[in-house]
Amino acid sequence: MSEVIDASHDHHDHHGPAAGLARWLFTTNHKDIGTLYLWFAFLMLLIGGTMALIIRAELFQPGLQFVAPEFFNQMTTNHGLIMVFGAIMPAFVGLANWLVPMMVGAPDMALPRMNNLSFWILPFAFGMLISTLFMEAGGPNFGWTFYAPLSTTYAPETVTFFIFGVHMMGASSIMGSINIIATILNMRAPGMTLMKMPLFVWTWLITAYLLLAVMPVLAGAVTMMLFDIHFGTSFFNAAGGGDPVMFQHIFWFFGHPEVYIMILPAFGIVSAIIPTFARKPLFGYDSMVYATASIAFLSFIVWAHHMFTVGMPLAGQLFFMYSTMLIAIPTGVKVFNWVATMWQGSMTFETPMLFAIAFVVLFTIGGFSGLMLAITPVDYQYHDTYFVVAHFHYVLVPGALFSIIAAVYYWLPKWCGRMYDEKLGKLHFWLSFIGVNVTFFPQHFSGLAGMPRRIPDYALQFADFNMISSCGAFIFGFSQLLLMYIVIKAIRSGQPATDRVWEGAHGLEWTLPSPAPYHSFTEPPKITDADAHS
Amino acid sequence: MSSGTDHSAYYVPENGWYPVWVALAIFLMLGGGAVWLNDLKAGDEPNITLTLIGLVLLAVVLFAWFAKVIEENQQGLYSPQLNRSFVWGMGWFIFSEVMFFAAFFGALFYARHFVLSWLGGEGDKAITGEYLWPEFEAVWPVVSNPDPSVFTNPGESMASPGVASWGGYLPFWNTVILLTSSVTVHFAHTAIKDQQRTKLLSWLGLTVLLGIAFLILQVEEYIHAYQELGLTLSSGIYGSTFFLLTGFHGFHVTLGTFMLMVMLFRAFKNHFKPEDCFGFESASWYWHFVDVVWLCLFFFVYVF
Amino acid sequence: MLEIRLETRTGSIECGGVRRFGFRRVALLLHVVSAVDGAKGINRIYLMQGAWKVKVKNNWLKPVAAMAAALSVTGLGADELNMRQGVTDISRSVYDLHMLIFWICVVIGVVVFGLIFWSVIHHRKSAGAVPAQFHESTKLEIAWTLVPTLILIAMAWPATKVLVSMYDTGGEDMTVEVRGYQWKWQYKYLDDDFNRTFGFFSTMATPQNEIQNQAAKGEHYLLEVDKPLRIPTNRKVRFLITSEDVIHAWWVPDFGIKRDAIPGMVNELWTIVEEPGVYRGQCTELCGKDHGFMPIVVEAMPEAEYDAWYVEQLEAEEIRKEALSKVFTPEELMAEGEAVYGTFCASCHMPNGKGVPPVFPALDGSAIAIGPLEDHLDIIVNGKQGTAMQAFGRQLDAAQIAAVTHYERHAWSNNVGDETQPRDVIEYMAGQE
Ligand code: HEA
Ligand code: HEA
Ligand code: HEC
Ligand code: CUA
Ligand SMILES: [Cu+2]
Repeated sequence: MSEVIDASHDHHDHHGPAAGLARWLFTTNHKDIGTLYLWFAFLMLLIGGTMALIIRAELFQPGLQFVAPEFFNQMTTNHGLIMVFGAIMPAFVGLANWLVPMMVGAPDMALPRMNNLSFWILPFAFGMLISTLFMEAGGPNFGWTFYAPLSTTYAPETVTFFIFGVHMMGASSIMGSINIIATILNMRAPGMTLMKMPLFVWTWLITAYLLLAVMPVLAGAVTMMLFDIHFGTSFFNAAGGGDPVMFQHIFWFFGHPEVYIMILPAFGIVSAIIPTFARKPLFGYDSMVYATASIAFLSFIVWAHHMFTVGMPLAGQLFFMYSTMLIAIPTGVKVFNWVATMWQGSMTFETPMLFAIAFVVLFTIGGFSGLMLAITPVDYQYHDTYFVVAHFHYVLVPGALFSIIAAVYYWLPKWCGRMYDEKLGKLHFWLSFIGVNVTFFPQHFSGLAGMPRRIPDYALQFADFNMISSCGAFIFGFSQLLLMYIVIKAIRSGQPATDRVWEGAHGLEWTLPSPAPYHSFTEPPKITDADAHS
Repeated sequence: MSSGTDHSAYYVPENGWYPVWVALAIFLMLGGGAVWLNDLKAGDEPNITLTLIGLVLLAVVLFAWFAKVIEENQQGLYSPQLNRSFVWGMGWFIFSEVMFFAAFFGALFYARHFVLSWLGGEGDKAITGEYLWPEFEAVWPVVSNPDPSVFTNPGESMASPGVASWGGYLPFWNTVILLTSSVTVHFAHTAIKDQQRTKLLSWLGLTVLLGIAFLILQVEEYIHAYQELGLTLSSGIYGSTFFLLTGFHGFHVTLGTFMLMVMLFRAFKNHFKPEDCFGFESASWYWHFVDVVWLCLFFFVYVF
Repeated sequence: MLEIRLETRTGSIECGGVRRFGFRRVALLLHVVSAVDGAKGINRIYLMQGAWKVKVKNNWLKPVAAMAAALSVTGLGADELNMRQGVTDISRSVYDLHMLIFWICVVIGVVVFGLIFWSVIHHRKSAGAVPAQFHESTKLEIAWTLVPTLILIAMAWPATKVLVSMYDTGGEDMTVEVRGYQWKWQYKYLDDDFNRTFGFFSTMATPQNEIQNQAAKGEHYLLEVDKPLRIPTNRKVRFLITSEDVIHAWWVPDFGIKRDAIPGMVNELWTIVEEPGVYRGQCTELCGKDHGFMPIVVEAMPEAEYDAWYVEQLEAEEIRKEALSKVFTPEELMAEGEAVYGTFCASCHMPNGKGVPPVFPALDGSAIAIGPLEDHLDIIVNGKQGTAMQAFGRQLDAAQIAAVTHYERHAWSNNVGDETQPRDVIEYMAGQE
């Protein structure tokens, strides 16, 4: 063995990063790649968020004020696409890159070069997508769900770039998940059994399987679109024996697991943070693992709850209603376990904990509206209104996004060896918390009152809530600039952090020095009970 | 395998320039491809330069990348544990390919079993056929489209004749060829295990030839479909599903054959050892996968 | 629409239902607040919406209720807060179901969030809490798996009942075809063999200057059409829903029904409306540029009135058919042509004929619009496959096509100097077959 290690030592100038731009372009290091992913995701959050602010500005009042309806549709579409594929997913992959090797006691990711490729495809993919907005025919304007035939026969010609962009994102996700699976299954330190892994690792393992199963299906869907557009096939055209609704089935077979891809890692993060600040072990670890697996399994058989209004047979409607409702059970198990973890703990409320608690409460509200949407006969009234918009922003923004922010505050000291400014962190939390509720809570009301989604202008009875919502959006949006400031300030001039950072923290990553060394565990660590899952 | 758990031996490569260039190459290839397709559609002078640049770049970089990996392996940098990472990687990559085909098979089933009957005026949405497509008759393969003025009817389909006449049925022979090739590639594998170089070379060579034979017959079949049967991509849902399923399969056979060719080349250079022949194994798994997909195709596209 | 009445010792103050946004609301808010303030002895506050009435008795609740009432009147009328109960059996059972699951969720929420806040307050380190170390309990896990399951069953049961009742199909008294177009609806009244009797298009009637904020917005801003769909009350109406281009969705909230309009496919939908009235909805599936501007208006008429109207329409249809053999003056052609253009073409090619290049070409100066009549008719009658330009031969009759063609050849800076008559169009279309 020593031969091997020596051979590689010769080339390595002591495991340090390369200098300059080359470090980032050519890196095979899981931490560097994690950092790239996270900054990329943040940039996309700002771009996608700016689009959201354009939407909210236009909807501030009835009447058309700032943008034309064509452009409004492009904003809605690109906002959805960029947030989902550019912000939330890459942020989670970035966190996985940083944390999984440290949590399982590995030196790096299993397939480091492919890791670099997974990342670098993304800027090109999004470059391609965003560049369409500057082309003559305009960018994609058919919603992030791109239903045929609006996205085929009736699409602007730039749809071809969109299709290839999606192919690239898919390739990136597939390689990323393969890497994560190989790392978790093959690189654990001796003694790190599956049921000792931190929940973040578990949730990501399951998420990676979801990705592997559904990203290729998305690729299939856009490929069929490509052929319908350019090669005369008739998958989504009844005149040739196809069916536009078939597109929706294929899309949502991908799309529904996709939304859980955006929440399972969040569950993992929250399951790490709450025990730390409650100073009490996570309640019901085993049931958390099983619940996650159940959610993942169920996510494959509920897809048509997005399509209750397409006119399915009664038996189909009932099946998809029941199966969707079932998801409330394992999700409930998770929520109750978090509550039981806090119960009789000794809690403190540092910024990560504030975001985590807000996550539990607000995600549950989003879950409740999800459950209401699952009730087919009532979904006829909710479907494609702002009630749906309110639902998914509650699970995505104070859900997925809050968990990511919480993770950044929680692990940042480990990453850069410096503490963030707690006062500013709390300020950021309260601004975000208020902003997010002011933005999205009123949307429940406008939705119930009948305001359809994806419209640039609306009838007068929706005016008040839209105005409130727009105000909230600007508060929320601009407070994210504060996050950027806090992070940069911490990196440049924060107080040095201790190794364990948080009093109640458990897990292998806290046994490493802060900042964590360039190669995480060159010597496999010993797993003690105290370091097993947090 | 005991050293597999030895973490200090896990080889983490130095910085590498390959991935960024691959990303760039893919970007050029696909971006150029989009420009090209749009030109074609708009009837403009098509320009394929970007795509070609991308393709060439991709080929060059991938070549260098794989060469580097092989070299590292030959240097003995790869521990069994690292090889296991490769195994996991290849295995789950094939799984994702399975899901890609699943999308197309799903489309085939949905179109055949649901859409077809609705358009033909049966089932839950019978009203669709009764009201909009009274002329349309629900038979699979669809040789007469709901609206033949938009999607030209194929003259004939590729559906299988009775088992008795499979002797003159090209897809049947393709099935035989692929099944055989799965066996030959397996023999090649045993040959590595038994360290029999000549056997390895001949079995592997035979497999490659079978792959090429399959491809030639497949092209033959397409020519037949286009020129004699009038069965094209734009002849409705039957043509759509037929060509996408068989086409993507054919594309995968091409890739698989290419991989096997590389392995043949490496076999010449004595790269494989009984305990370390991951490259060969992954190519052969891929080949088996392509074979299984074909079996599904044969039954669901041609026979049933 | 929500109304509020405050009864004081000296009399009562009524604030009529308002739901317009802007200064009037602010003024009303102040008005109500001062009324509450000044009249210490408010006896009763009524919030009224239709048959729904809430009386506030408790003294200490009054100021709160008054503020809430004020808020609702000024900003948040009940029809802006919650789902409508609607006017059909279905819509009411949907509403009840909605309220049921809503309250179940509220109760669960109160329990869960209550527990969280309890521990946040009582189990905080600064309050001296010492962490317990328990971390599992199979009994608890089973409990919080089973109880939600039971709750879900309690929800699924009524949901299934309502859903099954919605699928109570057949037995209709009449059938209407509803066809979505970019960006308008077409309604056809079908007889037993689906043979069309008559039909018409229904397009948004809100003028551009209201949308562009150059004129005050009317009461039914964006929810008004030139010709509403008319149906009789108390009869079972079947809708056959389909689309000509992309997917749209037909939704009338007060009926509690919504269904996608899918090109090449037909969906069925039933309703029985009990109260006469005008009911408004919108297209609810993203269908392109003017998705936000394709409202649905249905007028439910008492049966006798409806029958009379129906006979009238049949007669009008006969008269329209006669127009096909008439010869019009250029002025008549221009006038009719402008009307057709405004309804069918202006959304893409713009009222001024300039289009929205490069997606929607300009017709002003277009080579086709001032070129040979044949080509011009060709694109209008057959549309262009693969673009948004539809085959208007299937939407308009020969008289309308003639008029709009003539109009395009002579409007703006175009001036071909010919005349297009219905018979030219009929000849052209006959020559095609
Ligand atoms: C992170 C993303 C995320 C998550 C986690 C969820 C979670 C859920 N979603 Fe959501 N959903 C989206 C993202 C997400 N969704 C998006 C993006 C869309 C719109 C897509 C588009 O059209 O653009 C959408 C749309 C959507 C629809 C389609 C609506 C329509 O278009 O008409 C439906 C319908 O069933 C639905 C249901 C659910 C359900 C039942 C859950 C459940 O998982 C929720 C379960 C959680 C709870 C129920 C709360 C906690 C549980 C308890 C405290 C236990 C006790 C509770 C009870 C017994 C009630 N969602
Ligand atoms: C995945 C996550 C995600 C996230 C995080 C968000 C975040 C936000 N979303 Fe998003 N949204 C979706 C996913 C998401 N959304 C999806 C999937 C859709 C459906 C799309 C469709 O219908 O197809 C949608 C649709 C959607 C709509 C409906 C549009 C319509 O139907 O027409 C609205 C309207 O209010 C909206 C608003 C917002 C707002 C205000 C935020 C805020 O949280 C955003 C906060 C803002 C910022 C973070 C920006 C900060 C930037 C600045 C302050 C400027 C600085 C600028 C530079 C430095 C360049 N979203
Ligand atoms: C939904 C959008 C839409 C509507 C409504 C519409 N058109 Fe068009 N029209 C188009 C598009 C797109 C084209 C360009 C087709 C192409 O690519 O050649 C076009 C092209 C044309 C042209 C040829 C112009 C040229 O120079 O190429 C004429 C003439 C025309 N339309 C007339 C009409 C008339 C008359 C109506 C109404 C009865 C109408 N259009 C309604 C979208 C529309
Ligand atoms: Cu029609 Cu939206
Ligand atoms: Cu879903």
